This record gives sequence, structure tokens and C-alpha cells, in this order.
Amino acid sequence: MELVLAIAIGILFAAGIWLVLRPRSFQVIMGLMLMSYAVNLFIFISGRLWVDKPALTIEPGPIDPTLYADPLPQALVLTAIVIGFATTALYLVVLLASRGLTGTDHVDGKEREVY
Amino acid sequence: MFWFDHLIALPILLPLLTGVLLIFVDERRHELKLWLNAAGILATLLVTIGFIRLIGNGHFNGDTGVYLAANWIAPFGITLVIDRFAVMMLLLINLVAGASLSFAYTRWSRLEVHFHSLFQFLLMGINGALITGDLFNLFVFFEVMLAASYGLLLHGKNKARVSASMQYIVLNLVASFFFLIGIALIYAATGTLNLADLARSIGELQPTQRTMFETGAALLAIVFLTKSAIWPLGFWLPVTYGAAAPPITAMLVLVTKVGVYVLYRLWMLVFASDASSSTGFGSQLLFWGGMITVGYGSLGLLASQDVRRLASYSAVLSSGIMLTLLGLNQAELTGAAMFYLFSSTLAVTAFVMLIELMERVYSPAAQMLAITMEAFASDIGAKGNTGVIIPGAMVFLGLSFAFCAVVMSGMPPLSGFIAKFGIVATLLMLSGDIGPSLNDWLFIAALFTSGLFAIIALMRLGVRIFWATGHGATLKLHLTEALAIFSLLLLCVMMTIAAGPVRSYMDRIGDDLSSGDNYIEQVLNRGAVASPSSSGGK
Repeated sequence: MELVLAIAIGILFAAGIWLVLRPRSFQVIMGLMLMSYAVNLFIFISGRLWVDKPALTIEPGPIDPTLYADPLPQALVLTAIVIGFATTALYLVVLLASRGLTGTDHVDGKEREVY
Repeated sequence: MFWFDHLIALPILLPLLTGVLLIFVDERRHELKLWLNAAGILATLLVTIGFIRLIGNGHFNGDTGVYLAANWIAPFGITLVIDRFAVMMLLLINLVAGASLSFAYTRWSRLEVHFHSLFQFLLMGINGALITGDLFNLFVFFEVMLAASYGLLLHGKNKARVSASMQYIVLNLVASFFFLIGIALIYAATGTLNLADLARSIGELQPTQRTMFETGAALLAIVFLTKSAIWPLGFWLPVTYGAAAPPITAMLVLVTKVGVYVLYRLWMLVFASDASSSTGFGSQLLFWGGMITVGYGSLGLLASQDVRRLASYSAVLSSGIMLTLLGLNQAELTGAAMFYLFSSTLAVTAFVMLIELMERVYSPAAQMLAITMEAFASDIGAKGNTGVIIPGAMVFLGLSFAFCAVVMSGMPPLSGFIAKFGIVATLLMLSGDIGPSLNDWLFIAALFTSGLFAIIALMRLGVRIFWATGHGATLKLHLTEALAIFSLLLLCVMMTIAAGPVRSYMDRIGDDLSSGDNYIEQVLNRGAVASPSSSGGK
């Protein structure tokens, strides 16, 4: 299972990096989103992968932590998702503003001159 | 737990509440918004001065104030930590913020909506990054700071700003991903994200865990080095600084300094000593990276035709010097480094604001900018009260420019000289009889050469602007703008006059940073407050 996830993260990241380096701002934003998925998965597995272990919940009586998955990466990934979502949305707005002001969706604000 | 322990949360809460409050004030009531914003900054400054007094009078155990949010003890909950280093940075940030706000009063703050709210949120992010005690909150506050800075960079949007923003946002988003991966790796290796707990456990790591930890730390370093604009990660800086509105550029200079601050804080705490085989991890990279950055900044200064680029490269230069000093890994140098940081930040931010005034005098670009401003300015800005215009504008401008140039290039008699003298003197004294090492000599040479380059570049600019005839008559200098620059330069002068006390305070920061054990002990040993029910409902 670790191997499958590692490969998935690797592919997502590679695709993300390739897209971020493309000249069109739409490709860049797709790349950013793929990278953020990869990063979120990465944070999630930093608490190790467990089978049959639920998230920590409050129950009466003393709690045995070994029965539960590590809750911290879950909390971290939630925060990371929210922040990533908000900043990506912000980038989308800037992208539209740039498209409107410059008339092109090239990241430099102007098309490359063809010689 | 005393009442003043609760003050530690205020540098975050005050800007947050002020920013939220400002959203609800109508944009037409511009004066009110400005005063609220100023009041927020002033309150934070007062709290900061309160911290200086409280630490000075020994009210905090071990001179380190620890605030356990929601009463969770240290490795588990959110910890906020105040020590001399954090307090000094809070003071610097909020002083510059005040000046920058005053400068923005006449034009920039009226340009678009929500300037003041974004300004306060930026401060909240910066203050939070300064006083947070764990890595993930550092990430959160970095994001708050960056989100606000995206908004402010776009302020008064024109083509240059929007395309600079696109690159700045993508760069910072990718850097944030690195940040998260670094955090995940460190958590997987050590099982903690609390800085004190990390620093404590670093000596006990197994070899495989250590590799993972160092990989994570290196990824974090990429983020902070990008922020502090080390070569080759700093190419975003001249473009971004050149595009932003001047008061915003001053705030972005502060963001760069936060990168430097975090590097000092983390590196000195975790790697400087007691880190087993990780001791001194990456110091060579910091040193050489810093040296190349100094070289890059100096050459950039000489090569820039555009005044704004000049300011950007002087910010790069001062970052480079700070990073090299960290890379030298000598705890005794930290005091001198802090003095330099304080002095150079004041000078560079004053210079950034001066540039706009100078552009108004001579540059056609400024006129174009003015036209763009007219096109985008709201009606409120156009017919609003534009403040008091003071006479003798060119004299003020010339004198301030000379002051800035003297501080930035490190010429006597102002604080820039004292800072550089302090660095060199400490280096020579530390080496004792054996004499400074090759690296020390290289750094001293770079320090002096960069000063020479700075003075050449600044003199050339000064001659071109102030000694060329036929411009002076048109400049309108507003009182608030002059006040902003004047107060920043006055602080430089005060640092020169009170160099002794200031330097000894900075040296104590150096002592604090080099004895990380105290920090670790204070944070980890802070007990939670007894619950009201068990202590009889006090």
C-alpha cells in the first residue's frame, strides 16, 4: 500500500511540476492543484498508514492510543487543504485580472515573440 | 500564570481584531479607517514596549514568556513564545509599519478598498510568525502574511503589478508546498512539531530518522531562503519590489526580514549546538549562498539603471550579509548581526519611500504611474483631503537621501557604520591570536566591497537627481510622507547615539539564541493552569 501511494504521489507531483513550468496560466493553476493534492497525500501518510484504526474519538474511560491512527497529520492536512484552496482561488482571480488587463493568458503578461 | 502572560497573545489578536473591525467601516470614512489602523499599530507597539520592560525587569521566568493557548501543555498545544529576539523584531516591524502607514496616507491608502484591513492582516501574519512556538503555526502565519501581501501587492492594480503578482503568488504557493513537505518529513522523523521539543529530541535521533529530519529541514530552508532572497532563489525580489506601491514595498522588505528571522531562530535553536551529528548542518551552504548573494546584490546595485531596482538590490545585499553571518556559525556574532539587521531594515525601508518622492521629481515613469493612478483611483481619493504640503521639499529630500546613503553603505558616522564596525570588530576579536580564518577574511572583504559598491551606486543616483538642474520646482511633499521618512531616519540617528545600550541589548539576544537550552526548558516545563473546578473556582 505504501508503494502504491508513493507512486501516486510521485506521478501527481511530476505532472504538477511539468504543468507549473508551462507558459499558460491555466496550465499553471492546474499544476498547482495537482501539486497540492500530492502534498496533502504526503502529509497524510506522514502519520504512517494503518489498517483498521479509526481516527481518535472521545469515549468514556481511558483511551488506548495504540488503537487509533495518529490524529495530528489529519488535522494538519485539513488546515493545509483549506489554505491551499483559498490561495488557489486567489490565484484564479489574479489570473482573470491579468487576462483582462493584458489580453493574454501567458504568465509573463505578453506572448513570446516569434522570430 | 500572571495577568501579563495573557499579553503574549496580543500581537496576534490586536491586528486581527483591528483588521476585522476595519472591514465594517465604510471606505468613504477614510480618515476614520486610517486612525483605527494607526491605533492598532500603536497598541501593538505599546504592548511590545511592555514586553521589553517585563523581560527587562525579570517578570518572565528565564526571560522567556510562554503562552499556552487553550491551556494545553507544550508539545501538544499551540505555544506562543516571547523572548528578546521576538520582541526586537516586533518592535522593528511595527515601527516600520507605522511609518509606512503614514506614508500611504496621502495617496496609496485611498486608491482601492480594504487597504487598511489587508495591512493589519499582514501585520498579524508577521507578528504571529515571530512569536509562534511550533512549525505548523509558523506555516499558518506565513500563509496569513502571504495572503495579505498578495492583496497588497495588487493594490492599485496595473499591468506591471498584476503580472508581478502572478509570479509572486505561484512562487510562494510552490514554496508553501515545500514548507508542508518539510513539516511532514520532520513530523514523520521526530513525532513533534514544537520547536523546543524538536531541538530537544534532535540529539537522540536514529540514523534513518536523522536523514529524514535533515531532508525536511533542508526543504524548510528552501522556503525561508526563498523568502530572504538568497541567490539563486531571490530573482522574484527585484520584480516584485519594483512593481509594488512604495509603502507596500516597505512592508515586503519586512517580509524578507521575517525569512531571515525564522532562519536565525530555527537554525540557532536546532542546529547550532547539541545536535549530535547534525551540528552545524548546512552552515557551509548558508555561508557561500550568503556570500554569492552579497556579490549578486552589490553587482545589481552597480548595474541598476532603475531607482527601484537599486532599492531591491540593497534589500538583497542586506539579506545576504545576514545569511553569511549565520553561516559563520559563531554565537558571539549574533549581537552584531542583529544591530545590522535593525539598522539596514530602517534604512532600506526609508529609501524605498524616498524613491517614490524622487521619481515624482524626475522620472517620466512616475508621471505614467500617476496617470494609471488617476484611471483607477476612486472618486474618494481624487477629491479627498490631501494633507499639508510642506516647503523646502528638495532640501528635505536631498538630506534624507544623503542620510539613507550613509547608513546603507556603512559610512561613518551613522548606524550603518557602527553595525559594520561591530561585525568586523567581533570577528577579529573572536579569532584571538590565530587570526581570522579564510572565510572570515573573505566575508570582511565582501562587506567592505559591497559598501563601496553601494556608495558608488547611490552617489551616482544622487548626482543625477539632485545636482541636475531644472526639476526641483514641481515636487509637492506632504507632511505625513516627510514624517514617515524622517521618523525612520531619526531612529537610525538614535541608534547611533545610543549605540552602546542598543548593542548590549542585541548582544543579550545573541546570548539567548546561543543558549537554546533555556528556551527549550522554559517552553517544555511551563505547566498548565489548574482548572477552576479543582482549585476552588477562582
